[in-house]
Amino acid sequence: MTQFYRNYLAVAVFAVAALGMVGAMLGVGRLVRPNRPQPEKYIAYEAGSDPIRGFGQSNVRYYVYALLFVMFDVEAVFIFPWAINLEALGVSALISMIVFILVLTLGLVYAWRKGVLRWA
Amino acid sequence: MVAQNVAFWIIAIAMVLSAIGVVRTSNVVHAALYLVIVLAGAAAQYILLAAEFVAWVQVLIYIGAVVILFLFGIMLTRSPMGDLDLDNSQRMPAFVASLALVGTLTALLVDAFGNSKVVIDAPTKTSVLSSDIFRLYIVPFEAVSILLLAALVGAIVLARRD
Amino acid sequence: MMLGAGDPLLSGKIDLTVVLIVIGKTVAVFAFLLVAVMLYIWFMRKVIADMASRVGPDTAGPWGILQSLADGIKLFFKEQSVPDSADRRVFFLAPYISLMTAFLAFSIIPIGGQVSIAGHQTYLQLADLPIGILFLLAMSGLGLYGVMLAGWSSGSKYPLLGSVRASAQMLSYEAAFGLAIVGVLVQAGTLSTRAIVDKQAWTGVGSLGTWYVIPAFVAFVIFLISAIAETNHPPFDLVEAEQELVGGFHTEYTGIRFAIFYLAEFMNLITMSAIAVTLFLGGPAGPSLGFLSATGAVNTWLMPVFWFVAKVMVLLFGTVWLRASLPRLRYDQLMDLGWKWLIELAFIWVMVSGVIIVGRNEGWNLIAVVPLSLLGGLGILGVLRASMPNRSELVEEIL
Repeated sequence: MTQFYRNYLAVAVFAVAALGMVGAMLGVGRLVRPNRPQPEKYIAYEAGSDPIRGFGQSNVRYYVYALLFVMFDVEAVFIFPWAINLEALGVSALISMIVFILVLTLGLVYAWRKGVLRWA
Repeated sequence: MVAQNVAFWIIAIAMVLSAIGVVRTSNVVHAALYLVIVLAGAAAQYILLAAEFVAWVQVLIYIGAVVILFLFGIMLTRSPMGDLDLDNSQRMPAFVASLALVGTLTALLVDAFGNSKVVIDAPTKTSVLSSDIFRLYIVPFEAVSILLLAALVGAIVLARRD
Repeated sequence: MMLGAGDPLLSGKIDLTVVLIVIGKTVAVFAFLLVAVMLYIWFMRKVIADMASRVGPDTAGPWGILQSLADGIKLFFKEQSVPDSADRRVFFLAPYISLMTAFLAFSIIPIGGQVSIAGHQTYLQLADLPIGILFLLAMSGLGLYGVMLAGWSSGSKYPLLGSVRASAQMLSYEAAFGLAIVGVLVQAGTLSTRAIVDKQAWTGVGSLGTWYVIPAFVAFVIFLISAIAETNHPPFDLVEAEQELVGGFHTEYTGIRFAIFYLAEFMNLITMSAIAVTLFLGGPAGPSLGFLSATGAVNTWLMPVFWFVAKVMVLLFGTVWLRASLPRLRYDQLMDLGWKWLIELAFIWVMVSGVIIVGRNEGWNLIAVVPLSLLGGLGILGVLRASMPNRSELVEEIL
């Protein structure tokens, strides 16, 4: 138990140290860099012309990929404990995972056949 | 006062403040980011309870996939470079309703677990979890796959224009 | 809620040396990663220059080895500009997320073996989490936020398009990436990186066969492809397709903030190589120097670290080679490769290795069962692909 918490404490210390390093880099940068504001510098980059606001909705395809990813992520969460304990679990677990994966593959097949995986 | 309890309260307070942030902010992307803090806080609480598998599943699924899906959805439906501010005039009813919900849940939880102590001897082993899923809960496990399939098909039907 | 029992964190005596060891490891991992990134960028530029018959960096230090350091220092002195249209808070937050997740992913990599420091036995690795592999996947999932928020918060078109593209790409390959790792987990039976490395420990030339690259070769190939795509490295660097997207998601970032994204990107590449070494190539395992004492400092400290670094360097050379030789993929090719090939193949591989593991226990005739299951899997894949609408049908559908 002690070992468990200490491991996570080490990770937490490491995370704080990493954030601290970014902060330190930005802090040093702030001290040494010049600052000469001109309004033109703060226009978003767009091939030299003034940017047109209001644009920027993304394509629905990206959303479908994200959705497929959620599905496969949930599947991964089940497949990890299955994988590390397969030897003890035996045939029934193997079969149930094959069924699980086949059902999920049906989802992929559906998306594929409906053409949402097509990028044209 | 043991160190876990101190950590619990720090995380809990951060979670509550961020949860308030989720509903208070009028910028949808900021709300999603506050939600990430709340979910990460829940994961940290799981780690304090030595349930590390559940903790990282929480990060993987909720932060790594579901909120990302939210963000894709926001970018799909609203123009990120235009005005993102959303608000409506139902603050008071919403406040009353959420207060009532907090009250009910708190009363229920205190009533059920108010006096019980959590004793953690060892971190939960992933192999134990796996034996439970694949020996005792096979049917719910397979039902999950059907549920996911249904969600996907539904979303694709909605997303397609024809 | 009250947690019962004593206080596991503080129980036993808190030894100052233990605290110092943790701090020492943190500093060591920081230094290792930063120096590695610096040298990698120099190495990459030099090797690509050689492959293109150019000279490459040659001014700063011997053979230009200090070039990346000079570039880094220069960026500290660059003025910062934040677009007026940016969401300032999120804009400032994004670099923190990117670099933090890049650092954290490395914290579970076993760099060396077990050593003894001032009477304490410890592993040369920052933390040995029992679910290390999940932690790793979680960190690569969180890394996505850095990319996505940087692009979104810039309030500018090219970064936004670049970040949506990049995050969709990373999502797509994360699925295949996770499944490729399962190919190792099935055989290793553990989620801890330390235990996975221990199973591939060096006991002689024969232990080369226990390195998972042999029993899980297909998984290794899928892992390498999806890891390169995850890190947006060429030929999968569509994120920074200069011709289409200017600089990708960090177009609006200048000076030191840009440097942080740059650092995180290469740090992720190094971490991915280190993960590949850990999972498939035995981590720090390798022959020790027989003529020295087996318990001496050279054989317990130096040799494992040497083997680890050597293997990582071989893989990193491979990434440089890819960068120098392959043209960039098109976006549809990228998505097709991920969703229509890698994921399916990874599924089949998981199933076949599942059959091997279970069959070995049950005493099945593996010579008959394994090819059968492989054929079954490939058969399903074949039927699946044959049933898909082909290109001419699609054209009709669109018309």
